Amino acid sequence: MKLYCLSGHPTLPCNVLKFKSTTIMLDCGLDTTSVLNFLPLPLVHSPRLSKLPGWISKDGTINLEKELKECAGRVFVDSQPEFCLPEKELLDLSTIDVILISNYHCMMALPYITEHTGFTGTVYATEPTLQIGRLLMEEVVNFMERVPKAQSATSWKNKDMQRMLPGPLKDAVDVWTWKRCYGMQEVNSALSRVQLVGYSQKVELFGAVQVSPLSSGYSLGSSNWIIQSHHEKVAYVSGSSLLTTHPQPMDQSSLKNSDVLILTGLTQMPTANPDGMLGEFCSNLAMTIRAGGNVLVPCYSSGVIYDLLECLYQFIDSANLGTTPFYFISPVANSSLEFSQIFAEWLCHNKQSKVYLPEPPFPHAELIQTNKLKHYPSIHGDFSSDFRQPCVVFTGHPSLRFGDVVHFMELWGKSGLNTIIFTEPDFSYLDALAPYQPLAMKCVYCPIDTRLNFHQVAKLLKEVQPLHVVCPEQYTQPPMTQSHRSDLMLELQPPPMPYRRCSVLNLPFRRRYERVYILPELAQSLVPTEVKPGVSIATVSAVLHSKDNKHTLQSVPKPPPVPPTKKRKRVMEEPPVAPKPLLSGAVPLEAFLATLQKHGITEVKVEETAEGHILHLQAEDTLIQLEEDGTHIVCDNNEPLRTTLRDLVLRFLQKL
Amino acid sequence: MPEIKVTPLGAGQDVGRSCILVSIGGKNIMLDCGMHMGYNDDRRFPDFSYVTQNGRLTDFLDCVIISHFHLDHCGALPYMSEMVGYDGPIYMTHPTKAICPILLEDFRKITVDKKGETNFFTSQMIKDCMKKVVPLNLHQTVQVDDELEIKAYYAGHVLGAAMVHIKVGSESVVYTGDYNMTPDRHLGAAWIDKCRPDILISESTYATTIRDSKRCRERDFLKKVHESIERGGKVLIPVFALGRAQELCILLETFWERMNLKAPIYFSTGLTEKANHYYKLFITWTNQKIRKTFVQRNMFEFKHIKAFDRSYADNPGPMVVFATPGMLHAGQSLQIFKKWAGNEKNMVIMPGYCVQGTIGHKILNGQRKLEMEGRATLDVKLQVEYMSFSAHADAKGIMQLIRMAEPRNMLLVHGEAAKMEFLKGKIEQEFSIDCYMPANGETATVKTNPSVPVDMSVNLLKREMALGGPLPDPKRPRSMHGTLIMKESSLKLVSSEQALKELGLNEHQLRFTCRVALQDPYSDSETLHRVYTHLKSLLKGYTIQHLPDGTVMVESIVIKVSSSAEDANAKILLLSWSYQDEDLGSFLSSVLKKGLPSGLPKM
Repeated sequence: MKLYCLSGHPTLPCNVLKFKSTTIMLDCGLDTTSVLNFLPLPLVHSPRLSKLPGWISKDGTINLEKELKECAGRVFVDSQPEFCLPEKELLDLSTIDVILISNYHCMMALPYITEHTGFTGTVYATEPTLQIGRLLMEEVVNFMERVPKAQSATSWKNKDMQRMLPGPLKDAVDVWTWKRCYGMQEVNSALSRVQLVGYSQKVELFGAVQVSPLSSGYSLGSSNWIIQSHHEKVAYVSGSSLLTTHPQPMDQSSLKNSDVLILTGLTQMPTANPDGMLGEFCSNLAMTIRAGGNVLVPCYSSGVIYDLLECLYQFIDSANLGTTPFYFISPVANSSLEFSQIFAEWLCHNKQSKVYLPEPPFPHAELIQTNKLKHYPSIHGDFSSDFRQPCVVFTGHPSLRFGDVVHFMELWGKSGLNTIIFTEPDFSYLDALAPYQPLAMKCVYCPIDTRLNFHQVAKLLKEVQPLHVVCPEQYTQPPMTQSHRSDLMLELQPPPMPYRRCSVLNLPFRRRYERVYILPELAQSLVPTEVKPGVSIATVSAVLHSKDNKHTLQSVPKPPPVPPTKKRKRVMEEPPVAPKPLLSGAVPLEAFLATLQKHGITEVKVEETAEGHILHLQAEDTLIQLEEDGTHIVCDNNEPLRTTLRDLVLRFLQKL
Repeated sequence: MPEIKVTPLGAGQDVGRSCILVSIGGKNIMLDCGMHMGYNDDRRFPDFSYVTQNGRLTDFLDCVIISHFHLDHCGALPYMSEMVGYDGPIYMTHPTKAICPILLEDFRKITVDKKGETNFFTSQMIKDCMKKVVPLNLHQTVQVDDELEIKAYYAGHVLGAAMVHIKVGSESVVYTGDYNMTPDRHLGAAWIDKCRPDILISESTYATTIRDSKRCRERDFLKKVHESIERGGKVLIPVFALGRAQELCILLETFWERMNLKAPIYFSTGLTEKANHYYKLFITWTNQKIRKTFVQRNMFEFKHIKAFDRSYADNPGPMVVFATPGMLHAGQSLQIFKKWAGNEKNMVIMPGYCVQGTIGHKILNGQRKLEMEGRATLDVKLQVEYMSFSAHADAKGIMQLIRMAEPRNMLLVHGEAAKMEFLKGKIEQEFSIDCYMPANGETATVKTNPSVPVDMSVNLLKREMALGGPLPDPKRPRSMHGTLIMKESSLKLVSSEQALKELGLNEHQLRFTCRVALQDPYSDSETLHRVYTHLKSLLKGYTIQHLPDGTVMVESIVIKVSSSAEDANAKILLLSWSYQDEDLGSFLSSVLKKGLPSGLPKM
């Protein structure tokens, strides 16, 4: 059993597990941090961005002024932003049988894997994961296609060129493999391969392996996966949460007793407490509004935003924000809000019971109904006429490189009254803000990451007791910026097996048993004998049928009667039907002598030897050597006697 | 031999009061717990004394599963759990869990408040009963205990309707509840995978009907409503608040829109708004088309359909009224019916099945004079139309489901005996499987023949698979040999050698030595070679070796030659073999006793 690691990003994993002749991809994360190296895509022409100076090396030997622009002391690529894909060279992607998706953030690379690679397999995901994942993909495609850039920068990727560039461009890895965003056609084609699954549903793969998603508590429909056969169990833990937010709680007990547990998607903010961050978010928001400023919240269109809105729903009146407009701007804003209300089965108990009343599970329905929250597909159209300030705007993309957020950065960045509050943990806020510097607007960093922290995961692992743990290498040492915090790493016995991008791990597994089925007819013909108290054995002769990785044993069919004309010679060519069993035990002397006597053999001379006894059957001139672990019958010219003696000896022995 | 027992307490050769007991692998499961609409006495509820004469049911049942929210499938639930006594788990889907208590409360109100019955379950009992409910998601495998697992499949019939697959070890049963194999305007079609259950317990409401296409029926329905409205008549459509009502509302709503009709459409009971809300929140349970477009346009927000008030029934002019309940046995639909029955311009459209004893059933059978309470009679002059809109599978649908699931046996419930008999014949003929149709209180027993799962050593399995080649040869089946070790509940199949090792046993060698005397006028080594050549020509397909140390080996049988001191021609052949080569050894000794043929070369 092997694990191929195609992504080095610990929260956006992409691993491939080879297990019992199946090839299973675990998640399809897309590392989008690469877009931070690009200039933002403004929705309306930005004189500031278009006037940036091109970059020429200090000595003037390298001139990339068409592709690279200098902004606030940093160099950015002036091109459509590109993503860092999972490694494609490590193994042939067309051999992948299935892809298991754990949550909608971990499927963004799907079109790159399923399209144009010869992939013919199936993708498994829960319904919310599929629907919201589709929305997030649609959103990114829409953001990109709305502001097409004719130019595609490639010269800077030349190895010799890249070496000469200033950081962080110089250190960017695998820049040649970076790709532009896919289109809707690829998204639709990729998602058409998705087969929906429910929590705890058992899905058989080729009869060899069973996979099953478990609630992971992180987002709507998010799951961990169990990949198992009758005797081996792999648990794949990705993006899990023990906090009580909107999703169904995490199923921990089903992870128990796994041979290998692959652990990814821990919190990216191990030192930030989500509840504290939420409080800070609210107070900063209220403070800015009271001072007459606007609040910009760059965020994804699904996920934490539901919790933010719920928090605000309770907070608005007490903070006197009843008249402040809240805007949610995204091409999928409406869909995201609507979809969140129809997945009752996937929600926490509290929200589930609301549906029984029947009421919408999320209070943002009421915010919309009372006109406190308004949603728009983009800043164009209705929004421009409804727009009132001061206000709060939720919009994407959290990288600040594309989407409507770029417009608000340009619009509000110059005023110190306004505040931008970062809630998504995926991007460093300083890097995100770099191309907008110098900024007058206030920046507040309240990353809310509900995924497991090191303390929680240590407790979880103690509880579920996996034999081996596999994890990204980042988790085996303290974070670089806090090297003294040994509590911010995994310490386990045996130590976890670390992986990095392009690692291939041999998982410590020995398959010893396989489930087979004995058909009833054969089962009834078996004769068990007890060899030890509570332990019985039976010899089995059977025909093995293997079909679709399922094995059955059935009785050996009786050979057809041999036509009498055939010669004996011909019969001897057939292999004997059943070989003789192995024997075990010992032949006790006294009992054996008694048995011989019963069969009319009375003249027995017994001679003691070092190893046992030699019995001389004088009338028959036959020797029987009885030893602890062997019996030797020496008998000439008397086949009937020999077979009788054989059968008498066999009476005392166990047959295996 | 293991067997599965199925006993209907209700719905055995009958429609209504569905309640079926299944015993499988030592587990007892109750499927549905419904009431009978046709009775007002004891026969209303299933006879739970069949399970136990006295005391609670908890000890006798491992779980209760409710297929959908119709009262003939869940109406007796609070009675069973709170009045008879059952504290175990009750499984149902989320929509059923949401809607079922509302219908139960409605039913309780009609029975207790309107009819003044006592000794009936209370509102609190409904609440307590619902606390025992464990929600079930589609396709989720729920482990009731270590051995019993259940899995729900989409059944179509009404919002949240499910079929269940019940499995203990390798034995399994599927119960369909009520289902529909064709998608309609708001729900999808039932679906199940090829799970090959030992028994498929199917409803058979429309066992003998093969219904024309849905579109024709819809057109027919709209035409009748339209004609009646045109001539100024009033149309009453008795429905249950949830289910068919929403489908017909969608149908009329779009028709009114298209034809620009002005006659009012009303929906009785305050439940409407609420009911439609359930549909909006459980949109994932509706059909694909509604699910796909719900963000843009929610099909359950109606423009033309308004809430009904009792006083409207006397308004002049045409109108369409949806009123509950659907079988005209009580409540508002019955009141309106009484009001309108005397006018031949009016029309009542029965869109679903009516159980025996209800007024719906009577008028559908052409009865024109009805005896009402207090010896009054009612003349029925209005038009009575029946439209099969209730979403049950027809004969074609049932056959389709059998093809999908491939059951080993079939069992019919929830239908009329005569119709079942007909379908039973058809099933047995087409699929060559046994089909049962037990009456209430009667037990159908099906013997199962499960395979025995064992753990086979991978080494042994791989060896066998490598030897066996990719395809089995039917003429020469290869047989494999091993030892089955039975220890506590574990069954392991390993090679004999490994079995010795695992059990810590020593091998006992049984050997035979046999001297064969024969006359052969050659030197010892020449004789040995003659033996070699002889056996070589005799035994094809065996490994025969002439070793330099003066032995011949046939497989592992050792043959040596010596001659007696007195007569150099009198040779003694020494054969030695182990018990494992017994057949061959015994055969060789008998062959050699006959002597060597002349004609053999000496070297």
